[in-house]
Amino acid sequence: MAEVSVRKVVKEYDGGVQAVKGIDLEIADHEFVVLVGPSGCGKSTTLRMIAGLEEITGGEIWIGGDVVNDVPPRDRDIAMVFQNYALYPHMSVFDNMAFGLKLRKFPKDEIKRRVDDAARILDIAPLLDRKPRALSGGQRQRVAMGRAIVRNPKVFLFDEPLSNLDAKLRVQMRTEIKKVHQTIPTTTVYVTHDQIEAMTLADRVVVMNHGVIEQVGTPQELYHNPRTRFVAGFIGSPAMNFLPCRVTDGPSGGVGIRVTDNIVLPVPPARVDRYGKYKGKEMVLGLRPEHLFEYHEQGKPNWNRVDLPVDVVEPMGMETMVHFFVDGTPVCARVDPATHAEPGEMIALTADLNQMHLMDKDTGMVV
Amino acid sequence: MSATTANDAAKRAAATRHTTSLHRQRQWALWGSYAALTVFVVMFLVPPFYTLMTSLKSSAEISAQTGSPWIVRHPTLENFWYLITYPNFQTFYLNSVMITLVTVAVSMVISVLAAFSLSRMGFWGSQTLSTSVFLTYLIPPSLLFIPLFQIVGALGLINNVWCLILLYPTLAVPFCTWIMIGYFSSIPKELDEAALIDGAGYLQVLWQIFIPVAMPGIIAATIFAFTVSWGQFLYPLAYLYTSNQMVLTVGIISDLIRGDVFQWGKIMAACMLASLPPIIIYAFLMDYYVAGLTAGATKG
Repeated sequence: MAEVSVRKVVKEYDGGVQAVKGIDLEIADHEFVVLVGPSGCGKSTTLRMIAGLEEITGGEIWIGGDVVNDVPPRDRDIAMVFQNYALYPHMSVFDNMAFGLKLRKFPKDEIKRRVDDAARILDIAPLLDRKPRALSGGQRQRVAMGRAIVRNPKVFLFDEPLSNLDAKLRVQMRTEIKKVHQTIPTTTVYVTHDQIEAMTLADRVVVMNHGVIEQVGTPQELYHNPRTRFVAGFIGSPAMNFLPCRVTDGPSGGVGIRVTDNIVLPVPPARVDRYGKYKGKEMVLGLRPEHLFEYHEQGKPNWNRVDLPVDVVEPMGMETMVHFFVDGTPVCARVDPATHAEPGEMIALTADLNQMHLMDKDTGMVV
Repeated sequence: MSATTANDAAKRAAATRHTTSLHRQRQWALWGSYAALTVFVVMFLVPPFYTLMTSLKSSAEISAQTGSPWIVRHPTLENFWYLITYPNFQTFYLNSVMITLVTVAVSMVISVLAAFSLSRMGFWGSQTLSTSVFLTYLIPPSLLFIPLFQIVGALGLINNVWCLILLYPTLAVPFCTWIMIGYFSSIPKELDEAALIDGAGYLQVLWQIFIPVAMPGIIAATIFAFTVSWGQFLYPLAYLYTSNQMVLTVGIISDLIRGDVFQWGKIMAACMLASLPPIIIYAFLMDYYVAGLTAGATKG
């Protein structure tokens, strides 16, 4: 078990392309940290640099209190699970899991004990004699995890381990990974582009974009208090709605957010001071679909009503997504599945304005 | 109602026409393939068949101008027996076997190591070097044997089987390396990365992961190296001249053709005996050979 420290780490490829631009990240012992971001954001490169599979152009990586910049992967005491499993096809499941231990000259009894223990935890004990080709995708991924577990390393590294699985199995394996971390609380760095995976697994989530860290925080922090427009848009599904707006006087005094000439939303009193100084400025209003509701007369009395024509209705069973346009900008609302909304008809909507986010149009920073 | 029925009938007729047309096209394609294959099979199998028939005839039957030359009237193994007990032929055979075994071993060790480093170790210039390796294969051996004569002469290896052991790998290594580069490149990179993280060094990755996984490619390359060495004619003709150093390909014609006397029965029997090792090896490993070449070509 060990802490991992990434200090001012830069990765520059031939031709001067910087994949990682001087990031800093401290990962505590036993912590489960998820690196998340779109393709090409530098998350996998960062993981591979921690693993020692990519050379570092600048900065330092520390594992367990030692700088490991020039330490080869095999001497870093880490284990990695790959997206495509990377099981040795000519070896049985047992041999796959025992390979690292054999190379390290562990006694046979110890190898058997560790493999059996890992197989029991991952529920793959009956598969130990099979070759990887005789396993399903989920079983292969379990074997790949077993190969990592038996080594009892300082750090687990996961590189998009669930991306090759179908949706149902992915959810199942996500729970398995969480269970394994609860049983064996090894420091874990996990890369994914799936923000749901990030939110459900992580103690802390690191959101990366264009080679820099946009924000580090617990899933709840990132969801409720995103620091930038990118994080606000990336975390949450469906994504947050962004509407161009101007900070003005409120419809009945105070401060208001003018979205269109007909839609002026009153800023809740708790935020008046924060938003008041931007009066007259062009901003971006962020509202999550789950904070937009169908308006009901018996609802909260001071929530404003806005009537808009419905574009598309997506019933999903436990909820229904309603898509519409506000002055040409597409907006999605997550409404009660019992809604009577129909495409082309008007729907009365309201929003929980205590959950709104206001962003600087130029810098993208949440104010 | 009647309009609907008429429409349905028209659609069914169109579908039937379409199916029939496809069926006919497929029939033509099949017959065309069979015809082309038959021509090729005849072209390739007639010479060995003629060789076999002649090898089973006595000298008298070969000399006789009567009857069909494709049929053996009095089959005999005397030509085979003569060769098996003929010391020179035994020497040629042993020399060929020894040279081929050493050439295959040397070529494969060099090729596997070169292909692994070129395809996986990603050092500066590795891409250019892998292309250059293949380009060397494109130079015809017939252009090289005169300059190579100088080198072999300078090394004092003229009329010595060791000159062939030195030269054959230069013919086999480039293509074997090329096959292996293609095959190794088709192995997912994560496999060696997983092994490196598991604690393996590069040689352990090669020995414990790559060689078992790439076995079909290695067998394909081995068969190629074997064929190059076993069937080479030009170099032994140029560099060897005494019976005790000679190999099968040149030895058969230099020893069994005396002046203008062609011992056809013995020549053909020698050809049959010389063909045995490649036939046996191909028969056992053909599946691997084809799979190896395909994998290297399409995935590399």
